[in-house]
Amino acid sequence: MTATTDVTPVRAMRAAVRPSGIGARIATTVVGAAATVLTASFVIFAALSLAPGDPVSLLLGPHATDEARTAKRAELGLDDPLLVRYWHWLTDALQGRFGTSFTYREGVTTLIGPRLETTLLLVAMAAVLIVVVGIGLGVLGGVSDRWSAVVSAATGLGIAVPTFVAASVLISVFAVQLGWFPTFGAGDGLLDSVWHLVLPALALSVGYGAYVTQLTAAAVREEAGKEHVVTSRGRGIPHRLILRRHVLRNAALPVMTASGLALAGLVAGALVVEEAFGIDGIGALLVKSVSGKDYPVVTAVSLIIVVVFVVVTTVIDVAQVLLDPRQRRAA
Amino acid sequence: MAAVTVDVATAAQVRRRADPLLVVSATCCLLLIAVALVGGWLAPYQPDEIDVLAASQGPGPHHWLGTDSLGRDVLSRALAGAALSFAGPLLIVLGSVVLGTVLGVVAAWYGGWLDQMLNRLLNVMFAVPGILVAVIASAVFGAGFWAPVIALTLVYIPYAARIIRSAAVRERQQAYVEGLQLAGVSSLSINTKHVLRNVWPLIVAQATIGLGTALADFAAVSFIGLGVQPPAAEWGVMVAEGRAEILDGAPQQSLVAGLCIVVTVVSFNVLGERLAARFGAAR
Repeated sequence: MTATTDVTPVRAMRAAVRPSGIGARIATTVVGAAATVLTASFVIFAALSLAPGDPVSLLLGPHATDEARTAKRAELGLDDPLLVRYWHWLTDALQGRFGTSFTYREGVTTLIGPRLETTLLLVAMAAVLIVVVGIGLGVLGGVSDRWSAVVSAATGLGIAVPTFVAASVLISVFAVQLGWFPTFGAGDGLLDSVWHLVLPALALSVGYGAYVTQLTAAAVREEAGKEHVVTSRGRGIPHRLILRRHVLRNAALPVMTASGLALAGLVAGALVVEEAFGIDGIGALLVKSVSGKDYPVVTAVSLIIVVVFVVVTTVIDVAQVLLDPRQRRAA
Repeated sequence: MAAVTVDVATAAQVRRRADPLLVVSATCCLLLIAVALVGGWLAPYQPDEIDVLAASQGPGPHHWLGTDSLGRDVLSRALAGAALSFAGPLLIVLGSVVLGTVLGVVAAWYGGWLDQMLNRLLNVMFAVPGILVAVIASAVFGAGFWAPVIALTLVYIPYAARIIRSAAVRERQQAYVEGLQLAGVSSLSINTKHVLRNVWPLIVAQATIGLGTALADFAAVSFIGLGVQPPAAEWGVMVAEGRAEILDGAPQQSLVAGLCIVVTVVSFNVLGERLAARFGAAR
C-alpha cells in the first residue's frame, strides 16, 4: 500500500544514481553507525559538561592554592571551549586513552579493563540463556497448539518482571533459602565467576528472553500458517521437514532482529543487575562514578555502552542483508 | 459495496463482543490508580513510622504484610508508595506522548527532508539505552525524582513518535485529507481535527502500555539509587532497601514492592494490548 505512493519518479531516479550493490549498502550502514556513535558521544560529553561539581577541587582537595588551581585548570584544558575539549577527548579516546579517574587516581582504562571482563562474562551467559531458551520456547509456543497458551502467558509475565525484581526473588529463593548460589560478588577465576554469575545472568535474561520468545512464537506461527506450508502439509510431507526447511528458515530473520535488539540492550541492563548482586562490573562502576562526580569514568563507560549497542545492532543489520536473498537482490 | 458493509458489520460485532481480559485488566488498572490516589489514607500506619521493637516481622495480625528492618509497616509503605511510583511514570508518559505526537504528526504531514532529519535524530536517540540516559541525567540534575522523569521522557519520545508517525502517514493517504486540502482547510486544523482524532485510539493504547514500562524503568532508576531517595516510600526504593533484609531471611519488603511493580506492569500491558486489538478491529 505504501510502496505505490512512495516511489515517485524523482526517488526512482535518485536510487538509480546512488551506488548500488551489497558492498555499498553495508558501507552506508557502517558509516551511519559511526555517525550515530559520534553524535551520541558528543551529546553525552556536552550533557556531562553541564553537570555541577568542579573537577579541580575534587583532584586537589579544598586546601589547594589559587595558583595550583589555575595550573590544574589549564592542564586539564577546562577553560577551552566545549568543542575543543570534545575534540581532545575524542582524539584521546580513539587511541584508547580516557584520562585519569578523579576518585581512584588511576588511568580510566586500567579501571575499566577487569570490570569490563566481568560484565562481558555476565552478558555472554545471559545471551546464551536468551538465545537458547528464548528461541527454543518460542518455537515450541509457535508450533504446538497445546503449549502456545502456556508460553504466551509465561512471556506476558516474563516481560513484566523488571530485572531488579527478578534479582531479588532469585537471591531470596536460590541464594538465601536454598543456599545453592552465592548472594554477592563475581568470584575469582573463571569457574568460580561462572558459578557466581548464574543468578545474575538468569535475572538479566528473564525480560529480554521473554521478549525473544514472544517474537519467535509470533514469527513461527505466521510462517506456519502460510499457504505453501499448508499445501506441503496437505501433500503429506513430514512435519519435521516442513518445520526445518520452510517454517524455521523463514522465521529466522525476525527472530534474529529480535535477539539482536535484546543482546544490544544487555550491557545497559547489566548495570541494574550488577547493582542488585553487588558485582563489580562497568555498570556498578558507572553508578559509583556518577555519585562521586568522577566524570572521566562516566564518559568512558557511557561511550562503551553506546558503542556496544550500536555495533551489535549494526552487525545484525549487515547480517540481515547478507542472509536474506530478498534484501540482497534489493541492494 | 457489499464487501464494505460486511466489514462494517464485523467491526461492530467485534466492538460489541465482550473481552474478558480487557474488563479484568481495566479493573486492575483502575484499582491501582485508585490506590495511587488514596493509598496514603488507606494505610493502617504512617509509611515512615519506625517501630524498632517490631522490626523484621513476618506477616501477622498487626502487620498484615510484615515489617522492614526498621519496623516500618510494609503494607503501609506499599500503599503510600503507589503515589510516587505512579507520579513519575505518569509525567513521563504524558510528556513523551505529547512531544512524540507532535513530532510524529509533523514528520508525517511534511515528509521529505524534515521527516528524514527527524528519523535520523530518533535513530541516535534509540542508540542510547534508557537506563544510561537516566544515569547521565542524574549526574547533570542530581539524583532525585526529576532526573529519571526528564531522562525517561526523552527516551520514550522516539518510540511514541515512530508509532504515531506511521499511523499518521496512513491517515494522510486517505482521500478525505486531500478533499479537505482542496476545500482550503488549513494543515493545522486538518491535523488536529481529523488526523489526530482518528489516530487517537492508537495513542491511548500506546500510552497505556507505556505507563507500565515507564513504571518499571522509573523504579529501576530508584533501585540503583539515582532516582527517588530513601526514606521516601516508592516501590523501587523499597526493593532496594529490602536487599539487606533478604539476606537476613526477611524478604517481605522487597517481594511485596516487587509484586506491586509486576502486577502493575502486567495490568497495563494487557490493557494496552487489548485496547490496541479492539481499536484495530474497529477500524
